[in-house]
Amino acid sequence: MSAGSAVPQIEFTGVAKRYGDGRVVLNALNISVSKGEFISFLGPSGCGKTTILKLISGLTTPSEGTIRIDGMTPAGARETVSYIFQDPTLLPWRTVTQNIGLGLELEGVASPMRAKKVVELLELVGLAHVAKAYPRELSGGMKMRVSIARALATNPRLLLMDEPFAALDEMSRDRLNEEVLRLRAEQGWTGVFVTHSVAEAVFLSTRVVVLAPNPGRIHAVLPIDLPSPRTSALRSTPEFDSTVARAAHSLRETLAQ
Amino acid sequence: MKQRLVTLANAAGVFAGLLVFWQLVLWIFRVPRYMLPSPWAVAQAVHDRFPSLLVSTGITAEEAGGGLVASILVGVIVALLFAQSRWVRKMFYPYTILLQTVPIVAIAPLILMWVGSGTPAVALIAFIISLAPIIANTTQGLISVDENLVHLFIMHNASPAQRLFKLRLPHAVPSLFVGMRIASGIAVIGAITGELYAGSSHVGEGGLGYSILYASSQLQTDYLFALVLAATVLGFSFFFLVMFLEWYFLRRWHESARVPETE
Repeated sequence: MSAGSAVPQIEFTGVAKRYGDGRVVLNALNISVSKGEFISFLGPSGCGKTTILKLISGLTTPSEGTIRIDGMTPAGARETVSYIFQDPTLLPWRTVTQNIGLGLELEGVASPMRAKKVVELLELVGLAHVAKAYPRELSGGMKMRVSIARALATNPRLLLMDEPFAALDEMSRDRLNEEVLRLRAEQGWTGVFVTHSVAEAVFLSTRVVVLAPNPGRIHAVLPIDLPSPRTSALRSTPEFDSTVARAAHSLRETLAQ
Repeated sequence: MKQRLVTLANAAGVFAGLLVFWQLVLWIFRVPRYMLPSPWAVAQAVHDRFPSLLVSTGITAEEAGGGLVASILVGVIVALLFAQSRWVRKMFYPYTILLQTVPIVAIAPLILMWVGSGTPAVALIAFIISLAPIIANTTQGLISVDENLVHLFIMHNASPAQRLFKLRLPHAVPSLFVGMRIASGIAVIGAITGELYAGSSHVGEGGLGYSILYASSQLQTDYLFALVLAATVLGFSFFFLVMFLEWYFLRRWHESARVPETE
């Protein structure tokens, strides 16, 4: 994790995305994310937040412009990227252990190595006691933890998260937010997060990108200068409140246009 | 447990009531024996002719079972082909509906002509009639995988084989069982219907359908009833066997196999 800052980890140059019917989803997107950053895309629905993650992961291709991940094409960089979806997307016929090991299994990692890694991750996300359970026996928050562990199992350098906690209650969401920050501090991956919750974006990020809809474009980029490590105590400080207010104001501007 | 006993007692009560009603009808309307035998006469027929009843049931079970296994194998293979592309589905799916709607009694004589009478012909009829639900349900299961799961597999550079064996096939297993449940019932019906036309008439080789035909021509109505009873038991057995397999394979992870906690 040394001098990576010279080459940006993610670079969007003049990126636009149109659907088949000509509707513009994203327009003139220029952004670069350096190693170790945690960047959140914040915006109302329909501003192409998920599309940005799909573009970074190469699940869809831009209509205009170029995207480079570590200097490679998105599809070529996939090995170093993990994607956490809105739903836990677990395989119901696999146990928690087998679900966490899925990525390693698909990439051909030998079984003993896989088992060791999975045990490590079970500890890390606090699920060791349900290692042999099936997804249907877990709560929503636990399922999401499995999904996070599965994404981290392949040692990603870049972690994409698409509103992963939107379906959870506020308590679980706050706890998982803290956990995401802890995991990032331990593992040092770069985070790209998509959300429509202002407080969540501010709490997690080093930078918040506010998007405006129709067509999706960058409205403002807000650096978040809050101290780290960030804990739940941060949420009750005036600095946090004022930063959230600033971001919320910026978000409201996009809707007023 | 207590609830289960009550359910059982209720079922037994209904059954006893039906027998009493049956006997009453015989007494009140003085129905001749060859039109409607008494429950006792049917029980007597089951007892007296148990060996031949067993042989007939065995033959029909073999034909229906063979047809069902073949339709599962072929059905899954066809479903795998259908799952490959929308074009293949659009081109060939109508023919599976045709398979379901073609009157089996109309094509039975054709099959008789092509294959000759006997067990293979009857199994073929059971196969044809039970194929469509397997194809339809398995295809549905194979193509209804959550898009994000497919994306997940793409993100890990999964090979087509991995996508098939680790994602699509396991995802389709519950749907396959739904198809098998439907198919198991109609495979038995198909075999019995098939025997009416294409069953072997050699001594000791006639299945339930053939025996029903024979018993009715001889006015052995009590034996006819015994045969119908055996056919019903056979159909139930097939159904319960599939139900058991479904429970066995899905009990740990699938919602359908979850036992309600109130029982």
